[in-house]
Amino acid sequence: MEKKTLFDKVWDAHVIKSVQDGPDVFFIDKHFIHEVTSPVAFLNLEKRGIGVMFPERTVATPDHNVPTIDQDKTIKDKLSRMQVEKLRENCKNHGIDLHDLGSAHHGIVHVIGPELGITQPGMTIVCGDSHTSTHGAFGAIAFGIGTSEVEMVFATQCIMQSKPKKMRITVEGTLGKGVTSKDIILYIISKISAAGATGYFVEYAGSAIQSLSMEARMTICNMSIEMGARGGLIAPDETTFEYLKGKQYAPIGADWEKAVSEWKELKTDEGATFDMEYNFEAEDIEPMITYGTNPGMGIKVVGNIPTTDGMEGSNKKTYLKSLDYMGFAPGEAIKGKKVDYVFVGSCTNGRIEDIRAVADFVKGKKKADNITAWIVPGSREVEKLAHEEGLVKILEEAGFELRQPGCSACLAMNDDKIPAGKYAVSTSNRNFEGRQGPGARTMLASPLTVAAVAVTGEICDPREVF
Amino acid sequence: MAYDKFNVLTSTVVPLPTENVDTDQIIPARFLKATEREGFGDNLFRDWRYDVEGNPKKDFVLNDPTYSGKILIAGKNFGSGSSREHAVWAIYDYGFRCVVSSFFADIFKNNCLNIGVLPVTVSAEFAEVIFSAVEADPSTEVEVDIDKQTITLLSTGQSESFDINAYKKENMKNGFDDIDYLLNLREEIVEFEKARR
Repeated sequence: MEKKTLFDKVWDAHVIKSVQDGPDVFFIDKHFIHEVTSPVAFLNLEKRGIGVMFPERTVATPDHNVPTIDQDKTIKDKLSRMQVEKLRENCKNHGIDLHDLGSAHHGIVHVIGPELGITQPGMTIVCGDSHTSTHGAFGAIAFGIGTSEVEMVFATQCIMQSKPKKMRITVEGTLGKGVTSKDIILYIISKISAAGATGYFVEYAGSAIQSLSMEARMTICNMSIEMGARGGLIAPDETTFEYLKGKQYAPIGADWEKAVSEWKELKTDEGATFDMEYNFEAEDIEPMITYGTNPGMGIKVVGNIPTTDGMEGSNKKTYLKSLDYMGFAPGEAIKGKKVDYVFVGSCTNGRIEDIRAVADFVKGKKKADNITAWIVPGSREVEKLAHEEGLVKILEEAGFELRQPGCSACLAMNDDKIPAGKYAVSTSNRNFEGRQGPGARTMLASPLTVAAVAVTGEICDPREVF
Repeated sequence: MAYDKFNVLTSTVVPLPTENVDTDQIIPARFLKATEREGFGDNLFRDWRYDVEGNPKKDFVLNDPTYSGKILIAGKNFGSGSSREHAVWAIYDYGFRCVVSSFFADIFKNNCLNIGVLPVTVSAEFAEVIFSAVEADPSTEVEVDIDKQTITLLSTGQSESFDINAYKKENMKNGFDDIDYLLNLREEIVEFEKARR
């Protein structure tokens, strides 16, 4: 029998037809939408005079532009308000489930999908957002699409896609103290670069990956796009099933048993081949931080910013432009750099486990005076748990400001912007120029490192702060 | 939506040799709040093009009258990051019909093909040839022929072929989009969906 990878198994099961010398007609099980990348798709449907083919396969929530304070009031920003109102109107007209602002399951689309058990192994999932790769943690093929493709899914539940090449990244061993899944993925991206997996779909494997919780696996799959990969996935196992069991949209009773037995088949066959393989050792990974303007520009917090040795031409120019933006010099240590803001949140690290890690670290401590600390839960459910578990009290006593759920300062579409020239250490996913506000300087790190930075006021090693 | 047909494009070139240009640079998130597709070109490369007061930055290529044209050539790994199709809408709305680079990010490339901007991947060497030629003489023209799948520097005749799958090529040549194709498969899709419930 043909040896197949996990990715092959899920992909091949969703191809309705292959176009000769062209893409596959690829069926989509679940479609997530939000207010920013869907309105033009709905508008074009109307222009064509067609509707949504399978509205029950689409789930909506407003997350990108929403304010994180006073969510019960009318949105002040006119354009944001219009986008959210348009989403409501479109969902109503087309019979799409909407988890609206203020409702029990409102939140970042990539946080609520798994939380509700909508995301399941073996599915194909798309959304007009590149961090859709998050859902790959469940052994689903999940990736971001453009608005034209959002329109295709509305109209036909399919998109035209050429099958990407396959890459496996194996991380073996045991993570050291103070090292988290965020450090694993920042380490991988720093090794293979921000474009190193372009054209590929990644499977993450190995004992270090298998040892992770679902939340931690989501952090890894989430950032697959930051090395150019269309997505990343992890074979489902007992951890996956345990997480899903009892979730609102998870199968129940006999259906659950049947689903689990099918999901257990979702793994790469022994002897199946990949187009590219990387192997890393967990013991080599230390707490990481980025120093530049793409997520591949990462070093260990105790490391030095690379020099320009061996660089030339546009490569060197681009590198120096990036360091100039950040206000850093080649060769200098990153540790000890003063920081102005910390941000805990986003679809990368805005889940309950992340909030717990930060609260656990800052308990009984105070943030440094020079730090403004924002903590934005990924969903209403996360917010609720944080209150119930007493985490909010701990965080507020430490001087953190707790906001309401949304994408927030990860992309600063709302008012949560880092001022120009200021340094933010952030649990989010992108350190691009201006990502957190025009002129903002972003350094990406784990929730643990961010918590330590909040306390010391400067870049530090979380293993040295107690 | 249907778009202009693409056959042979002959144009001067706008050079942007910076590498890893992400879609947040092409169109910053704060300009994604429209509910229609028009007008994004005004904010193309917003924060590289204008200072905080909104004054054009003289050293940015789009503000340099020396360069103009319907072809943008950029450094490697162009269009990385966010899947926002608004980035391509901004490029199209500004007036570009073709983007050339030695390496494109996947989603960006798909988005280009879906709205009628042709992404042409060339070798790193040929990209350098074009950058140098345009720098030496901004009136240098490049011809992109989708049918022959060639990109040619007209001043020297240097040429390279590029890849595009036959399906997308036909779409680009005729201004068709994928929905035209998919809607014809409606019955097969309905059957497939039933089996997956």
